[in-house]
Amino acid sequence: MRIPCPHCGERGNDEFFYLGAAGLTRPAADAQPEAWHDYVYLRDNPAGKHSELWQHAHGCRRWLVVTRDTRTHAVFSAVDATP
Amino acid sequence: MEYSFVSLLREALRGHTGWRPAWRDAAPKPAYDAVIVGGGGHGLATAYYLAKEHGLTHIAVLEKSFIGSGNAGRNTTIIRSNYLLPGNERFYEKSMQLWEGLEQDLNYNAMVSQRGVLNLYHSDSQRDQYARRGNGMRLHGVDAELLDQAGVRKLYPWLDFANARFPIKGGLLQRRGGTARHDAVVWGYARAADRLGVDIIQNCEVTGIRIEGGAVQGVETTRGYIATNKAGLAVAGNTSRVAALAGLRLPIESHVLQAFVSEGIKPMVDGVITYGAGHFYISQSDKGGLVFGGDIDGYNSYAQRGSMPVVEDVLESGMALMPRLGRLRVLRQWGGIMDMSMDGSPIIDRTPVDGLYLNAGWCYGGFKATPASGWCFAHTIARDAPHFINSELRLDRFATGALLDERGAGATPNLH
Repeated sequence: MRIPCPHCGERGNDEFFYLGAAGLTRPAADAQPEAWHDYVYLRDNPAGKHSELWQHAHGCRRWLVVTRDTRTHAVFSAVDATP
Repeated sequence: MEYSFVSLLREALRGHTGWRPAWRDAAPKPAYDAVIVGGGGHGLATAYYLAKEHGLTHIAVLEKSFIGSGNAGRNTTIIRSNYLLPGNERFYEKSMQLWEGLEQDLNYNAMVSQRGVLNLYHSDSQRDQYARRGNGMRLHGVDAELLDQAGVRKLYPWLDFANARFPIKGGLLQRRGGTARHDAVVWGYARAADRLGVDIIQNCEVTGIRIEGGAVQGVETTRGYIATNKAGLAVAGNTSRVAALAGLRLPIESHVLQAFVSEGIKPMVDGVITYGAGHFYISQSDKGGLVFGGDIDGYNSYAQRGSMPVVEDVLESGMALMPRLGRLRVLRQWGGIMDMSMDGSPIIDRTPVDGLYLNAGWCYGGFKATPASGWCFAHTIARDAPHFINSELRLDRFATGALLDERGAGATPNLH
């Protein structure tokens, strides 16, 4: 699998560190335990299109949001993650 | 037909014309007392123990492909009960005890071979950690022996003991651990369940779960609607997908794990060896091939195939442990989809939906758990309550904080 880094070009996935699903919103510090349970543990885990966080650890070290098909490993897009 | 020396002799004398299919190719009936989704080892074992231990015989196992075509047919066949945490250890030891009597129970040769599982350690701190785990096992009445370097040398003199970076200092040995023939486990459970009246329905994919008033009414399948008040999910890598049909969102990610087999050679590795400095485990099949594996690829996947960097990583670990592997060719490599839970331990429990039961989160330890998984899941389904043995394998432990994190890696499925 190769990931098109917007800064370094297309690179092998072994240059990257994988974190997990993108788009999870961290609850407020005083949020209910249910909200934290949801954020920390529960995942959609789709078979198909999946947005996820990868860091180009052995390249530019930028965090990227990569959208990928988990059934085929085809990568649709890779853009900078925004905090 | 009962398999025995007498039946073998009888068939030998009449040209093997009397053998019959080991299980019926059943068609779905309109309703069942219980439906198990997933015809792998766990699903078939569940159906078998439901029929045998709890007297439920009007049950069906639904499999979207053919039985044993998922992870049951693509693992590295290791069985062991060498866990630290009580909630896990009593469960895996139950499994080991069921393995020890499995062939007589099922009347099927599952080729259970207690050839010993050796976990190598490479530093003083790792030795201490293994000693603690070994002591934990012994407190549960499970066998564990801590070997020093001379003890390991006696078993496997050809390992790379003097490796400059990761010298082998000893190992934790569970002599009762070993391997079993994975396909035979599936076939044995299928045949035994079928003989008790269980319908095994293949090419039947569940496409919907009908729920009314918070309770299961039945399942929609590619072969029509089946009414039932009890549905158990044992679908490994597809757990999130199938549970989503019931509106559940789970603490699980699906990841691909690769396994490898070398060309067949004369007997060399007579037990199971795991490398402690990387992630690598190896045994030798009865056909002579070395069967081995390592880490998961580390990113969400449903593809049943892995990537080259992990192939390289696994083979490097193997070479560091046993340099003589370098002359061998890898014959085949394959991938399976693991239901990686958020703490690295499994879930056998009820769900928030009445009559819907969950058996999932096997990470990459599902094969050895097959008998106890079925046994505990059957109890949970039949009694609508977990048995003591699976009482800590709860779905709500992620909300309550009673996690079973053997590795202490936290909510990072790709690191367990």
